[in-house]
Amino acid sequence: MFSFLLRRLFSSILVLFFAVSLTFLLIRLLPGGPFDREKGGSAKVQENLQEKYKLNGSLWQQYTSYMADLARLDMRLSTKYRDWTVAEILEQKMPSSLKLGGIAFVIASTLGVLLGAVAAMRRDTPVDVGAMLGALLAISIPSFITGPFLIAVFALWLHWLPVGGWGDVSHLILPSICLSMPYIAYVARLMRNSLLDVLKSDFLRTARAKGLTEAQAVSRHALKVAILPVVTYLGPLAANLLTGSMIVETVFNISGAGSIFVNSIQNRDPFPLCGAVIVYCTLLIVFNLIVDLLYSVLDKRIRVHG
Amino acid sequence: MADAPKTSASLHRPDGWEIVRRSKPAMISLVFLAVLVVLAFTVPFFLPDALKTTSNGAFLPPLASGVDAPVTHVCGTDKNGQDLFYRLLTGAQVSMGVGIVGAAISLIIGTLYGMISGFMGGRVDALMMRVVDLLYAVPRILFIMIFIAAFDSVFKDWLDGIRLWSQEAGWKRLEEAAHYLMPYSKIVVMIISLGLVEWLTMARIIRGQVLVLRELTFVTASRAMGQSNWQILRKHLLPNLSTIILTYLTLTIPAVILDESFLSFLGLGIEDPAASWGSLLKDGAQVINPVESKWWLLAFPAVLMSLSLLALNFLGDGLRDAFDPKSAD
Repeated sequence: MFSFLLRRLFSSILVLFFAVSLTFLLIRLLPGGPFDREKGGSAKVQENLQEKYKLNGSLWQQYTSYMADLARLDMRLSTKYRDWTVAEILEQKMPSSLKLGGIAFVIASTLGVLLGAVAAMRRDTPVDVGAMLGALLAISIPSFITGPFLIAVFALWLHWLPVGGWGDVSHLILPSICLSMPYIAYVARLMRNSLLDVLKSDFLRTARAKGLTEAQAVSRHALKVAILPVVTYLGPLAANLLTGSMIVETVFNISGAGSIFVNSIQNRDPFPLCGAVIVYCTLLIVFNLIVDLLYSVLDKRIRVHG
Repeated sequence: MADAPKTSASLHRPDGWEIVRRSKPAMISLVFLAVLVVLAFTVPFFLPDALKTTSNGAFLPPLASGVDAPVTHVCGTDKNGQDLFYRLLTGAQVSMGVGIVGAAISLIIGTLYGMISGFMGGRVDALMMRVVDLLYAVPRILFIMIFIAAFDSVFKDWLDGIRLWSQEAGWKRLEEAAHYLMPYSKIVVMIISLGLVEWLTMARIIRGQVLVLRELTFVTASRAMGQSNWQILRKHLLPNLSTIILTYLTLTIPAVILDESFLSFLGLGIEDPAASWGSLLKDGAQVINPVESKWWLLAFPAVLMSLSLLALNFLGDGLRDAFDPKSAD
């Protein structure tokens, strides 16, 4: 167990290192730099700015000095928002994304598993067909259609909920529905197919033979195994949802972390971009680790080993 | 397939067309998509020119007649007085075009990568798959945007170069063409960028299939006959992969269309005067307000896009379930 964790830690740091390196090199190789729109952009001003933000010298020098700073846990300054450090930007933008993404994750996983399980148990009945048709519909309709549609109906027409913004619970409802909808559908489809496979297996026939009702057999034996593929999918999903969605933030006028990626690339602002990638990768690594550990809990045949 | 007798099922593997023909939703989807593509590429030619430009009649509701010219705006007009019906059709051209060509590019990359990785096996395979894992770890949007930023300036510089050059040479036509094509260069940029990014899943799936196929006896036999690796890949493995490639092509097209519309919705993709479903939806979402509802600007593109994606997903799902029921997710 310990050696497993140690090994995972090592490979995780490697992945993180490569992802950040790739991101930094790519954004620095892009045409245009962060100080192109500088007023009175004389060569001297450019030079000074580059020196201040440590973007002077060759690409290799910039890269190695950035990596050295990262090793000291310094994520540097934004070149666009001059008085802000990357840590401060993340501190300000992450909470709303974490909250919204967390809620959407809980909705997507619970509702998805529930719907998928019910659909599988009522295979080929109107319930199943309806649920799967709904799921396909939810996957096919992108969030920038559901978002404005939800606003139009529940905010502008019925006046039940606010149009957008951030504050109390009522502000969370529409964005979290909008964000979770396609993922409920993905999870439900995954769960249904997985449970259908398990329902055919021998150990479930045994469970039925010893007198359990179908509901008991499913809840006591089948669910535990059938949920494994869903758990695999949920790891990356959590990382995705928690780092924010640019679309949902734009549509509902929320200041979150999803916009950091797009805005930083637009502004050629290397350090916030790398910071956001670090957060995303770390979340991805952590949740994939949780998934692996959950696997060994859910299925005793699987053991983590180093 | 399930209710077919065992013997005939094992002897005769149905091809894509048979599966689609047997399933009603898949058939309806196919017909819908075919009709949409044909309409999108033909109808604009027959529309009067007055519908193709901006006019003074901004925000006209559906079925209103035009202000500048005696035409009917079937789906209404937008803020520049452009006819929405015409823009929906040209938008379908762009969205579908980007989806199909982008998916085809990603397909070629993914298939080649997956085939080489799976066929070589061992260390090469491990290394190539680690690269895919790593690319999965970096958010996709990052690559797409970086490719767009990189290619966009290149293409615009080229066109600008052609324009300046033809201006000097006095070639009026070419100069105008280069100037006119400027906003449309983004379409090519989007196709290349999305194609270069979407191949990861494809590569994984193809590799998995090749790992199974290369152990089969006919591969050993053809190697014994002295065929080179490349010949085995091309002549024996590729035909066996064609069904799975077709299936994932159908599923990659909606993914690329979604990516394109996502970027255009954020204002990073297709630019005016060119339109795609995403850019039309952006225009529609900007004008929803409680005072005066301009619902048609949101409703028509939303319905058209959702139906198209639904049809593509239906088709892809149907094919996938029939060809390889195990991989359904």
